[in-house]
Amino acid sequence: MTEQSAPTAQLEQTAEVAPARRSTVRWVLLAIGLVAAIALPWFVYPPVAMDIAAWALFAISVDLLLGYTGLLSFGHAAFWGSSAYVTGLIAIHVGVPFPVAILGGMLFAMLIAVPIGYLSVRRTGIYFAMVTLAFAQMIYFVANQWHSLTGGENGLQGIPRSFFGIEQVETDAFYFYYAAVGLILLGAWAAWRILHSPFGRVLVAIRDNPARARALGYDVERYKVVVFVLSAGLAGLAGGVFSISHGFASLQELAWTTSGKVVLPVLGGIGTLWGGPVGAALVVLLEDKLATIGFDGIGIITGSIFIVIVLLFRRGLWGTARTVLQGLADRRHRAPRD
Amino acid sequence: MAPARTEREVLLATRGLTKEFRGFQAVRGVDLDIERGTVQALVGPNGAGKTTLFNLLTGFLTPTSGTITLEGRDITGQQPEQIAHLGVARSFQITSLFDQLTALEHLELALASPTGLGRRFWQSERRLATFHGRADELLDQVGMAHPAHRPAGQFAYGQKRALELALALALDPKLLLLDEPTAGMGLEDVDRTIELVRRIATGRTVVLVDHNMHVVGSLADRVTVLQQGEILAEGTYDEVRTNPDVVTAYLGQPHA
Repeated sequence: MTEQSAPTAQLEQTAEVAPARRSTVRWVLLAIGLVAAIALPWFVYPPVAMDIAAWALFAISVDLLLGYTGLLSFGHAAFWGSSAYVTGLIAIHVGVPFPVAILGGMLFAMLIAVPIGYLSVRRTGIYFAMVTLAFAQMIYFVANQWHSLTGGENGLQGIPRSFFGIEQVETDAFYFYYAAVGLILLGAWAAWRILHSPFGRVLVAIRDNPARARALGYDVERYKVVVFVLSAGLAGLAGGVFSISHGFASLQELAWTTSGKVVLPVLGGIGTLWGGPVGAALVVLLEDKLATIGFDGIGIITGSIFIVIVLLFRRGLWGTARTVLQGLADRRHRAPRD
Repeated sequence: MAPARTEREVLLATRGLTKEFRGFQAVRGVDLDIERGTVQALVGPNGAGKTTLFNLLTGFLTPTSGTITLEGRDITGQQPEQIAHLGVARSFQITSLFDQLTALEHLELALASPTGLGRRFWQSERRLATFHGRADELLDQVGMAHPAHRPAGQFAYGQKRALELALALALDPKLLLLDEPTAGMGLEDVDRTIELVRRIATGRTVVLVDHNMHVVGSLADRVTVLQQGEILAEGTYDEVRTNPDVVTAYLGQPHA
């Protein structure tokens, strides 16, 4: 313990500066993110902009588990998709304004996440991923079979976009974007709030060292269930927006390929919060471009890009950029991380 | 430091405590009485069952048979987090910290644990700042200059061990279990750690596992010698050291 006195003194100095500068950077990033969210439909076809926003929130919901709690859920389609259906059903049969329908879908996703989470958090690693996948496949099966309610393979068609009789929002995708992106931003804010709460601190502790967290008196499994349910709520919110935006909910939303969108935060960089939106924007834009030029091997391209990014940038695009920028900013305090 | 014979009070007791791993008995029929206010050392060769015993006492393992009582209350089979809330804190043999959190953040977590603040996902983590004062005291107590905003993954080894102790202390435990607090330390650090443990043991009940006889001799009021999962001998350090069974089984070995 003797040799530490000198470096400690130096650390204290940098420590005084670092948090202040970081929080400035944080506000600048927040401003850029907001501007990007607002400007998006001016540059991108509005329904695609809506897709980006919805997938961005889905990616954030996955990152809440993967990046901050260390749980890889491979069944998040269950929450995205079931909310897409429930949102659609509420919108069709009750005729409430779409944010209310989405709220209903989100609550339903959280409701089914309670038993699924309770049963899966007892497993870790690949077993957790497999259990969540199994539950998602069960829900896919139910949706496929319950033809009278879900439309089976035809999906749920003709979901209305009711919004207090404001016609622009109800018919024009450009205005609809602004009405709906508020919900997405609210969801993103909730994720930020969760991660920067005492609860969020416990999550990071659980990710780093679950046994130690238990020895400190934290009921790790209960925390995992709670974050699982919160994450399902965000995925459900995103899925609800998606289904209103498209006007239909299909089995595709419940399929394992949708769960496979866990790659979005990995592309952007897990445990960074911004990584999810970056990954989502990249993939949705790319898929849209490839679809526009009539290329039908989209999976090959996105798959290859995924492999390249994972191999070249271990922390993902955002994570790598952040590390490089931090390294440049405080060069004299560049200690190796992990 | 040990209370007079008449005021002896058992804080933690085990009866017939046994743990079997696929036919192998790592701990067999251990009857242990830890008296309040004493430092009790568990010694024994590698594989004697010391760490298994620790894991049983803290709920990380469930005993195959036998009971554990804390202040007369049966705690057998309770989960680690429940036992922590009952006032049993432990340190880990292999440094066990949260790599991405700073020392202050570690202690905030430990101090917040009994308050339930950790469940609040809707509040700012700034709420944890209420524990700063106490956290600073604890860092002082273990002789850690405030290592500020650096994740624990980057700490020097001695710092990690000190934080490990501070974390266990933060729970203000009735019973403190220290699993090899001097593991991997040089001579000078060992002496400093002995001083540190002596200081924090004042007025507390401590169970200590250590291979280093110097550590055990300096700190322990009582010593329990384990061999192949069973208690071989028990008594003061001097009694145990001269016990012929112990001499052949353990102290007689070259590394002791």
